Amino acid sequence: MYERIKAMIFKEMHQVSRDRGTLAMMFLMPVIQLLIFGYAINNDPRHLPLAVEANDNSAFTRTIVSALRNTTYFEVEEIVRSPGQGERLIEEGKVQFVVTIPPDFSRDLVRGQRPQLLVTADATDPSATGNAISAIGEAVNSGLRHDLIGPLGQGPPQSAPVDIVIHRNYNPEGITAYNIVPGVLAIILSMSMVLVTSLAVTREVEQGTMENLLATPLRPFEVMVGKIVPYFIIGIVQMFVALAAAALLFHVPFTGPILLMVLSTLIFIAVSLALGFTISTMADNQLQAMYVSVFYMIPSILLSGFAFPFRGMPLWAQWLAEILPMTHFLRLVRGIMLKGWNLSLALPEMGVLLLMLLVLTVVAVRRYQDTIA
Amino acid sequence: MSDGPAIDVRGLTKIFSGRTVVDNVDLKIPEGQICGFLGPNGSGKTTTLRLICGLLIPDGGEGEVLGLDLLRDRHRIKEQIGYMTQKFGLFGDLTIRENLEFIARVYGLDRRGERVDAALERLGLETRSDQLAGKLSGGWKQRLALAACVLHEPRILLLDEPTAGVDPQARREFWDQIHQLAREGMTVLVSTHYMDEAERCHEIAYIAYGVMLVRGTADEVVAQSGLHALSGEGKGADRLAAEIEGLPGVEMAVPFGTTLHVCGTDPDKLRAAVEPWKERFRWREAEPTLEDVFIHMMRNAHDNSVIERP
Ligand SMILES: Nc1ncnc2c1ncn2[C@@H]1O[C@H](COP(=O)(O)OP(=O)(O)O)[C@@H](O)[C@H]1O
Ligand SMILES: [Mg+2]
Repeated sequence: MYERIKAMIFKEMHQVSRDRGTLAMMFLMPVIQLLIFGYAINNDPRHLPLAVEANDNSAFTRTIVSALRNTTYFEVEEIVRSPGQGERLIEEGKVQFVVTIPPDFSRDLVRGQRPQLLVTADATDPSATGNAISAIGEAVNSGLRHDLIGPLGQGPPQSAPVDIVIHRNYNPEGITAYNIVPGVLAIILSMSMVLVTSLAVTREVEQGTMENLLATPLRPFEVMVGKIVPYFIIGIVQMFVALAAAALLFHVPFTGPILLMVLSTLIFIAVSLALGFTISTMADNQLQAMYVSVFYMIPSILLSGFAFPFRGMPLWAQWLAEILPMTHFLRLVRGIMLKGWNLSLALPEMGVLLLMLLVLTVVAVRRYQDTIA
Repeated sequence: MSDGPAIDVRGLTKIFSGRTVVDNVDLKIPEGQICGFLGPNGSGKTTTLRLICGLLIPDGGEGEVLGLDLLRDRHRIKEQIGYMTQKFGLFGDLTIRENLEFIARVYGLDRRGERVDAALERLGLETRSDQLAGKLSGGWKQRLALAACVLHEPRILLLDEPTAGVDPQARREFWDQIHQLAREGMTVLVSTHYMDEAERCHEIAYIAYGVMLVRGTADEVVAQSGLHALSGEGKGADRLAAEIEGLPGVEMAVPFGTTLHVCGTDPDKLRAAVEPWKERFRWREAEPTLEDVFIHMMRNAHDNSVIERP
């Protein structure tokens, strides 16, 4: 009996050792993922982009900026001078925080009148903002206290020279569901769309029906479209179910135009289908196709900004995330649902998705020939 | 165009990762003829059929199929060819009717319902048309596959081992149908391992390890082989096979019931070889069979299917 089992094991090992693709994936996938996630995930993100809106042109601005820098929580990307400009930077997603210095800040400060300092945070992703916000008050106050002891000082300063006012935009209560629900929609869609279509072609090849299909006048593009359309419909149904759940169960506010939301989702579904089909034309068998799909899914979930704060990841991981369709879709969903994006604000992210769709379609059509082997 | 041969390919060559699987094959089949395509497993029959119906692009060679250029008009050729794959190629998870309707749609046929109904009736499957194709037995699957690939009334039929694993009765019916189609003008190229099927073809083409070794009618093929045969009759003659086969001049010794069939290329050596058993058994001249000829040819062909490793 043991001999038979041993023979069986050897046989399997031989078979696997000849399936190079699967073998490579079996060994490389866990390694690559360990590397990616080991370094990428950060629950206490630092170097978050911040803008200072200085409506009061004084030396204290520099003190505040360097105090913020010293926390290492912030990267001061821009110092703007006109009112309302900071707000715009947040809306466009260029920065995550804006510190607004009011017009009479230095006068009030020197007089010891405890001026207000307004901190605006993009709280769509609540986990990204928590620690950083609490660091602001401490840093700014101790920095300014130091300044006030100098020539401008008038005796010992009060315990806190400025009053920090925190303003969480878009998700004032920091409700996690607002962030999760759009993310889950993205995951459901890519899961089913990519995985199912990735098996589409390989299954036919494995079952021997592809040869029959290709011997008919069917053209590759026709086969491709024919396989994609049913899943496209499934994707649309999934979208409506998820949106209904978002609205009815989680009371996610739909601040942007719903039509824009639907349009973005349709584009994302198309990208996922094209990706699945491309995988399908490259895999030798269904198992390989499955592996590749999963290999795509995991970073999509973890790096797109769904599971962990996007800005908390090192730059290379952020760049990696930029090539994942889900990253862009997630920004679109959050932007439209929570920030009330209109078409012009959504256009850049939609453009990226459309570009991906184009590239993937070209690759898939070129890879999928009307000949076998 | 209608006078020319239905299939006329010259120097057809296909190389898979450095190995020549189809090597300079010429094939010419007049319209309405049934050509049997024989050869050992892995000799390139399937590959040749795929080259002819445009599923593979040849690495060398040229030709016309129904007057259309093999390399340039692949799409138009596909429309007029019916190709029955070696492995059941219809969808097991569709019903019989759905499969036929799918094919009818793919070829853009008019009167779809009518054609499908007619096909079902010919098959005798009207009552089972809603059964899943995957649930059919081997013989029925084969019949359905044939029905599907003649649904669009192609002018050429390529059949890849269509009767493998099918019972004799079903095979007989299948071949009757092939002859009927040929009478109506269809050209048929059919690969097979069965000698009785080879004998039912107008012409035979034998390919071994990618090389076309012989073409012609069954009689011509036997005559060309230069093989001679003797058959020995008598009690226990069949037991002699192993003993005789090693002798000089004897290429094969095959027992058939109580008779022993021996053959070789040199008639004198062959007679000399059976000399010691002259008394015990009655020997007489026999016709070499197609099988003898094919085995003889296969043994002499160079087997390149096993890649030499350093
Ligand atoms: N797509 C392919 N890629 C690589 N080798 C192939 C491919 N198809 C067939 N072959 C090889 O070509 C040879 C001929 O195969 P085939 O035409 O199927 O032979 P037959 O049908 O006569 O049994 C075999 O050795 C087979 O392994
Ligand atoms: Mg074959």
